[in-house]
Amino acid sequence: MFGRSGRGGKPSLAFIIVRCKRGFRMGESKMGKWKARLWRDRYLFLLLFPGLLYYIVYKYIPMLGSVIAFQKYSPFLGFFDSPWVGLANFERIFEDAEVVRVLWNTLLLSFLQIVFAFPVPILLALMLNELRNKLYKRLIQSLVYLPHFLSWVVVIGIVTIFLRSEGMVNHVLSSLGIQPIPFLNDPDYFMPLVVLEVIWKESGWGTVIFLAALAGVNPHLYEAAIVDGANRWRQIWHITLPALRSTIVILFILRLGTVLDSGFEQIFLMLNPFNMEVGNVLDTYVYFKGIQQGDYSFAAAVGLFKGVVGLVLVVIANRLAKRFGEEGLY
Amino acid sequence: MHHRTLPDRVVDILNAAVLAVIAFTMLFPFIYIFAVSFSSLSAFSQSDLILWPEKWVTDAYEYILESEAFIRSLYVTAFVTVAGTFVNLTVTSMMAYALSRPITGGRMFQFMVLFTFLFTPGMIPTYLIVKATGLIDSVWSLILPAAVNSFNLIVMRQFFLNIPNELNEAAVIDGANDLQIFFRIILPLSKPALAAFGLFYAVSHWNNYFAGLLYLNDPAKWPIQVVLRQIVVVGEPTATLGGQHLLENPPPPETVQMAAILLATLPILIIYPFLQKHFAKGVMLGSIKG
Repeated sequence: MFGRSGRGGKPSLAFIIVRCKRGFRMGESKMGKWKARLWRDRYLFLLLFPGLLYYIVYKYIPMLGSVIAFQKYSPFLGFFDSPWVGLANFERIFEDAEVVRVLWNTLLLSFLQIVFAFPVPILLALMLNELRNKLYKRLIQSLVYLPHFLSWVVVIGIVTIFLRSEGMVNHVLSSLGIQPIPFLNDPDYFMPLVVLEVIWKESGWGTVIFLAALAGVNPHLYEAAIVDGANRWRQIWHITLPALRSTIVILFILRLGTVLDSGFEQIFLMLNPFNMEVGNVLDTYVYFKGIQQGDYSFAAAVGLFKGVVGLVLVVIANRLAKRFGEEGLY
Repeated sequence: MHHRTLPDRVVDILNAAVLAVIAFTMLFPFIYIFAVSFSSLSAFSQSDLILWPEKWVTDAYEYILESEAFIRSLYVTAFVTVAGTFVNLTVTSMMAYALSRPITGGRMFQFMVLFTFLFTPGMIPTYLIVKATGLIDSVWSLILPAAVNSFNLIVMRQFFLNIPNELNEAAVIDGANDLQIFFRIILPLSKPALAAFGLFYAVSHWNNYFAGLLYLNDPAKWPIQVVLRQIVVVGEPTATLGGQHLLENPPPPETVQMAAILLATLPILIIYPFLQKHFAKGVMLGSIKG
């Protein structure tokens, strides 16, 4: 729509002249160049300030605040006066049987999500892409995108209503002569339910990025393939899927960076005393330990461990992607 | 478009049918919940599967909408959604514009933003900072710690980069400073984009459960999602909503739960068509690497 981008566009002569005049008026020659630039940008800094303050206060100070992982933090003593304990909290992570089990739950869940939930949007996008009737395609899209905009409380609420012992599913099962199944309390159902919920809620929305990539495919490629005698499956295999490859790789790298994230809201809402053993993950564990029990330092150590592992995984995955000739994340 | 063989057509029909089934699973829970929420106790207990209310009973809705706890949480969430979205749009657009200009130190500021994608401070240090800034048990704890979404910031910056530079040059020649350019020229031009980002921010505020759980201990300040969890997931509709004893024929808890889910989802369903208009564009904008 616009011919030139804001940065790429060359400034016109008049623009340069005005800028220069203003520069002289500010006394650019007297002040250092650095100072002059800061003065030139003063209104931009004014615009930047609230956002910068947000990042410093709610992102970067908490990052520094992670030092409490190396302390025995006490709310009364604060960040500065709490005693230092070195790596003691981190040693506890691997000595504590509960943490090891929680770590295992987290990894198992992520593995299941990557195997079962990650490919679904790709498949769904391929299916939507094959639809010839535009109106039908848009109707299906509006329906499958919808759950993304529901809150996790609503989604888990729906699941609860359908699957609880006196819920609709068990009503139907019992009318078929099948014993009621305690879906919500039986630990065996926990992980499959969590994965299915994610598939139900996010798969439709997940197609958007793949469909955007497919919208950029040159239709001549398909025509040429047809002339060469490629049937539909070969067109998908040789044109459609390669068009999605770099998007899949980037999303996969991002996904690897979050293997220790389980989606706090969803898991927390699904947990109950019966499934705690298999369902407690790092995110919820940090909440129970830190916020509920007040063991701030240990919970912060678990959180920091999680964050650092995530960072390292993204960097490694990005290197690997680049080695295999993909564009990568950065 | 092109020549289709018979097996090809069979695949087409099969594909369309499978997609129809998938799409129906997205719709079905709402049909059921809608039908039950308007049903009477007898209709609910006699039938396994209600897909349309036999006769329309609005007891559950009347009970909920008279509950002080529910109405209060709606007010809290409405305030957080409106004020929060205003803060989001103001802070995000100002920062995005500043970063779209050749500002001194721009690369460093951009790195500051991008790094938060790779590494986020944990729940505990963030909680302690929210506490230190005095926001525990204040509704502002649902607004300020979520003032900027990095993804939205980057997409918005990309949007500002696409505005032709000539506008800026012309304004500079006319003697406008960067503040005037932003508020008088750039913002009015960006109304449709701001509307789109506003919708996304508003949905995230309406749906937020985590911040309420973490930062608000006082039930009088709970947002709708926290109250909804008590009603449906914890399964305490009457204890949460109260006032049951005042009624002669209290509605069954099941219908109350379903009515609560629908009421809490209604605003999302209402703005969904507007969201749809915008979101494909937004995501595509974001997929362009800046």
